Amino acid sequence: MPETTAAKLLDYPRNAWYVAAWDHEVGRKQILARTVAGRPLALYRTEDGRAVALADACWHRLAPLSKGTLIGPEDIRCPYHGITYDSRGRCTSMPAQETLNPSALVPSFPVVERYRYVWVWVGDPALADESLIPDMHQMTDPEWTGDGLTIEAPCNYQLILDNLMDLTHEEFVHSSSIGQKELSESEFVTSHTERTVKVERWMLDIEPPPFWLKNMRDKYPGFSGRVDRWQIIHFEAPSTICIDVGVAKAGTGAPDGDRSQGVNGYVMNTITPETDRTSHYFWSFQRNYRLDSQLITTQLRDGVHGVFGEDEAMLRAQQEAIDANPDYEFYSLNIDAGGMWVRRILERMLLAEGRDRLPQPVG
Amino acid sequence: MAVSRREVWQHGTVVATRQLTPEIRRIEFDVEQPLRADPGAHVDVRVPIRGRQEKRSYSIVDATPDGARIALSVYRSPVTRGGADAMNALAPGDRVELTRPLNDFPLRPGASRYLLLAGGVGITAILGMASALRSAGADYRLVYAGRSRGLMAYLDELVATHGDRLSVHARDEGTTISVPQLIGGLTADTELYICGPIRLMDAVRRAWTERGLPPGSLRMETFGNSGWFDAQPFTVRIPAIGLEAEVGPDQSMLEALEAAGADMMFECRKGECGLCEVRVTALEGDIDHRDVFYSERQKDARGKLCCCVSRVVAGAGGPAVVTTVTS
Repeated sequence: MPETTAAKLLDYPRNAWYVAAWDHEVGRKQILARTVAGRPLALYRTEDGRAVALADACWHRLAPLSKGTLIGPEDIRCPYHGITYDSRGRCTSMPAQETLNPSALVPSFPVVERYRYVWVWVGDPALADESLIPDMHQMTDPEWTGDGLTIEAPCNYQLILDNLMDLTHEEFVHSSSIGQKELSESEFVTSHTERTVKVERWMLDIEPPPFWLKNMRDKYPGFSGRVDRWQIIHFEAPSTICIDVGVAKAGTGAPDGDRSQGVNGYVMNTITPETDRTSHYFWSFQRNYRLDSQLITTQLRDGVHGVFGEDEAMLRAQQEAIDANPDYEFYSLNIDAGGMWVRRILERMLLAEGRDRLPQPVG
Repeated sequence: MAVSRREVWQHGTVVATRQLTPEIRRIEFDVEQPLRADPGAHVDVRVPIRGRQEKRSYSIVDATPDGARIALSVYRSPVTRGGADAMNALAPGDRVELTRPLNDFPLRPGASRYLLLAGGVGITAILGMASALRSAGADYRLVYAGRSRGLMAYLDELVATHGDRLSVHARDEGTTISVPQLIGGLTADTELYICGPIRLMDAVRRAWTERGLPPGSLRMETFGNSGWFDAQPFTVRIPAIGLEAEVGPDQSMLEALEAAGADMMFECRKGECGLCEVRVTALEGDIDHRDVFYSERQKDARGKLCCCVSRVVAGAGGPAVVTTVTS
């Protein structure tokens, strides 16, 4: 069995579903160019609304199809010599000759729309099993509402997974909103399965930090007092982390399952590696109270956007420090247990793809 | 979609050979740099022909899951291009240079229906697709046409594996395939994968176009080694450079011109890309167009030909001579 590494630059599985875009980003007005797991894609919709992901390189001279034009019900035309392809990537027209070259095609990648996202599988298409799409049902379940944004994170995707799997950083990175010293002081419990990791932390009878006090007051106007606070982190391979978060009036039974006297949110995060050192970080904050209030939805989205801006600054600085110190390695602590289980799952996926050799550090 | 087009050369060692039919021989290799072979994949092999190393393409019929052992099947026609002789002479222990799997003919998963159509030795490109579709539980039909059951490789195992999904057409049984009927009966959501003689592929393409089926759903693999006539010797002249060459029945016009010192442009060498085009200025006999680059209109005009595969045949009792201008 391979040791779990603390590689600074973790490779990414290809046989996996990754979010390529929010559903609203993919349309017919323009062709979206986006790189997923190292593979540049041209994303668009057919006239009947189906999302399509083609390799963003014409078969002929590799010109980017994303700079091309949509033609007819489902075709895309290369901007360079006008060769057209259908949604399966098969050539449908070669303007400069009377026949179609039988080899002409661009790869078309399996696409599934689910949970407000367009998911793409850039690995072996024969293995693209829809049941492997991580559970993010709070994105579309009528009992939940919310909204989110995308962060173009200038770092290796694993740094973001590390960030989300260990929330003790909140005390220091997010001191004005959700940070508090009890995060580092409270115990956490880690568990895992073949594809999932769970980290659970409860902070009982504490003062709510500003973010949570505001949320309690949205549901209980004028609320003041102490709360029980929870963070239950659910990782699902390869890079989705949904965090069950909330507070309830202290001593009303939340740790035993009665959350009726509190507020509950789900921080939905799914990270798509773009390159070794860049990631598309799609997030949303969902809640299951005051579903009718667009004001709260917008306030929460903007509030979390501010909080995640603090993470983005830290991740950028961390990646820069990693690259500036190629001869220094990571050290893993007890607080990294969740992140280390994530690494082990990812490294097993890489091993199964025959890609167990990790990229060499720079320098 | 795994589209592998980058040539990586390696060595392979012959581990077994078996004569499948009087004309088709199966050869198994252990390769140095295994790579999984997806359905539709082929390898290019360097074979000695007249003292030169020529490149020939062969479909991978089957392979171990890791690609460490691959099987090819080689057809030796009565009038061969020469590659088959060298391949047929291989015995266990012999080493050859060959590429890792290449794939210009990938099978796309997820279509509603598939029709796989193999003519003769074309079954070698189709057999792996049939297995993959069967494993995936896809809705597919396999049509296998040949001159006689005894000449059709892998027939018994295909019957056993694919049962009712397979239909066999043998010319000597009078069950020749009717292309218009076959294509006429297809639903618009069918994807057709075909590998076979040029006559069959031309007929299918014509019927496909006439029915207005989606052009992207017709997939062809052609190794450019079959024609409308048997290969015969002919003469090629290029007056601009004072060159005249005899093209033997076992070599292509491109090879003959190269051997005669002409500086030729080419890419695929199997009648697909059109880069080896020469213009015809005079013709005695007729052109046996074996490419899929030209339309029927262009072929009928006899003004150009793809010299990597197409040939000249004599009219009754006359000579076979083509005079050309090259690029």
